[in-house]
Amino acid sequence: MSVVPAGIGTGRALPDSDEGDLGTGTQPVEPRRRGRGRQTQRPVGGLTASLLLWGYAAVALVPLLLMVSSSFRTNADLITDPLGAPWPLSFESYREAWTVGSFASYFLNSLLVTCGAVALSTVVATMAAYALARARSRVFRWLESLFLSGLMLPIHLAILPIFYLFDGMGLIDSRLGLVLMYGASGVPFSVFVLTTFFRQLPEELEEAAQLDGASPWQTFTLIMVPLVRPALATVAVFRFVPIWNDFLFPLVLLRDEAKYTLPVGLTTFFGENATNYSAVFAGLVITTVPLILLFLVATKQIVAGLTAGMTK
Amino acid sequence: MRRRTGLLFVAPALALFGVFVLYPMLTAFSYAFFDWQGTTRGGFAGLQHFTTLFTRAPFTTDLPRALGHNLLFFLGTMAFQNTIGLAVAMLLHRRPRTRRALQTLYAMPYLVSPIVIGYLWTLLLSPTFGPVNQLLTRIGLESWALPWLGDPDTALWVVILVSVWQWIGFPVLLYGAALGGVPEELSEAARVDGASHSQTFFRIILPLLVPAIGTVSVLTFIFAMEAFALPYAFGGSTGNPAGSTDFISLLFYRTAFDSGATDAIGTSSALATLLFILIFGGAIAATAVLRRHERTIAG
Repeated sequence: MSVVPAGIGTGRALPDSDEGDLGTGTQPVEPRRRGRGRQTQRPVGGLTASLLLWGYAAVALVPLLLMVSSSFRTNADLITDPLGAPWPLSFESYREAWTVGSFASYFLNSLLVTCGAVALSTVVATMAAYALARARSRVFRWLESLFLSGLMLPIHLAILPIFYLFDGMGLIDSRLGLVLMYGASGVPFSVFVLTTFFRQLPEELEEAAQLDGASPWQTFTLIMVPLVRPALATVAVFRFVPIWNDFLFPLVLLRDEAKYTLPVGLTTFFGENATNYSAVFAGLVITTVPLILLFLVATKQIVAGLTAGMTK
Repeated sequence: MRRRTGLLFVAPALALFGVFVLYPMLTAFSYAFFDWQGTTRGGFAGLQHFTTLFTRAPFTTDLPRALGHNLLFFLGTMAFQNTIGLAVAMLLHRRPRTRRALQTLYAMPYLVSPIVIGYLWTLLLSPTFGPVNQLLTRIGLESWALPWLGDPDTALWVVILVSVWQWIGFPVLLYGAALGGVPEELSEAARVDGASHSQTFFRIILPLLVPAIGTVSVLTFIFAMEAFALPYAFGGSTGNPAGSTDFISLLFYRTAFDSGATDAIGTSSALATLLFILIFGGAIAATAVLRRHERTIAG
């Protein structure tokens, strides 16, 4: 699944929203005009609506909680009572998935590929975005449109040419190949967010650095990069999710099971252990936990990524 | 910044993007217009592969069926996100204290891999041990405890509903952001003039949300047309049971990698080209309509 920042589709930004503070962090946060005490500000629907909203939260979460609780039960226990409580906690399913089901290697592969690709696209996109934001020559406007066109490209449809390109470069069945591929497909989004961010920084900073004798590279690494850290976090965190979850590319481009990433490893494991429910649940949890952890520590960056372009 | 320095800064990104995104994307189309013997490219084939898609089995049956499923998938998602999703966003909007927490909870399934979601629901809906049917039986609805994924009549709806469940946090988030952009003065003024809640909603707020609804619709369309991992987890690459959960991407995958036909590359590239035209055409048409609408609002 490709993730296109919202707002690209219509080519027009929405009016300033109160989610602006979640953006890349540069928009001045306007004081909330809407005091809680004001009569018109009573929540619509009152208690009923509150119940509905929390009820819906339960609908969203209960299946995920069932996944976690089932993973801590033994298979026999699960079959006799699917809705039972996970007491006493059993870690047997995790042991099975981790060692017998080689989730240890799937996990490591996913981590290597995802972190490598995120690092690659963030580094090259930061350099490019800085130049696009600062250089005035017309060729850069053209390059910027070229990069942004990539936001709408359904890259999965190019799987055949990518397959033959990789075949020619010896990158079939290679984790490095996936890193390059995902790194490249992350460039448009990262360039989009970072260019916007660099443009908001005052040019006096660089002029001062240049007067002090700094080279363009020094200005970039020592002055500019530290200033865009919030945007770097948004880009890195937000790119992590689709790469971690991607299925088609590793399915087609990897052969050796020892190199499988989690989603592909999961299909193999599910195919071979479809009746070992608790071990499958453990596999699902292993695949999901890093994302949940990431979400908990970086909700702000993820929400900013999802609404990027709508909060300009 | 001098031009040469700037180009040096852009070069690595351009090289990476050019080689691994632009070049494959552009050649993807050319593949569809050549003869293929296995992996060897032959002469120019014109539109021959496209005619194959409309005249040869299994495409004559599989392609319309898969396309229908993709469209149903899109329409089903739209129906839920523009009613329940929008209502949830409206209700959340007036709850500044709990909004962030609830939005976060709603968005959780959206982050989970579609493969995980597919297998999770396959297990939850399992006819032998699945907690869902177990629960239905316990509350006295035995007749509802069906083999949801084994029956061609219900399997597609399971895929669609599960996808709605996973995706809806995203429209809720975006509608929330858009609602934040509707000036409070407008609805207050309407209420002072005696407009009811529903009048304020339909006459003031909804028209201002159209751009956001449009954006979300375009993204939903792209998402629905590309659906691959979720149906793969539910029904494998053949859309089990009996092709009832087949989608265009699955048909493409089978044609390209599983069919063993000598001209597999040509036909599957033709299919990819068609899908690309559909996605891009749909997105561009929708965007054009939206722009016109926005001009009407603005002017």
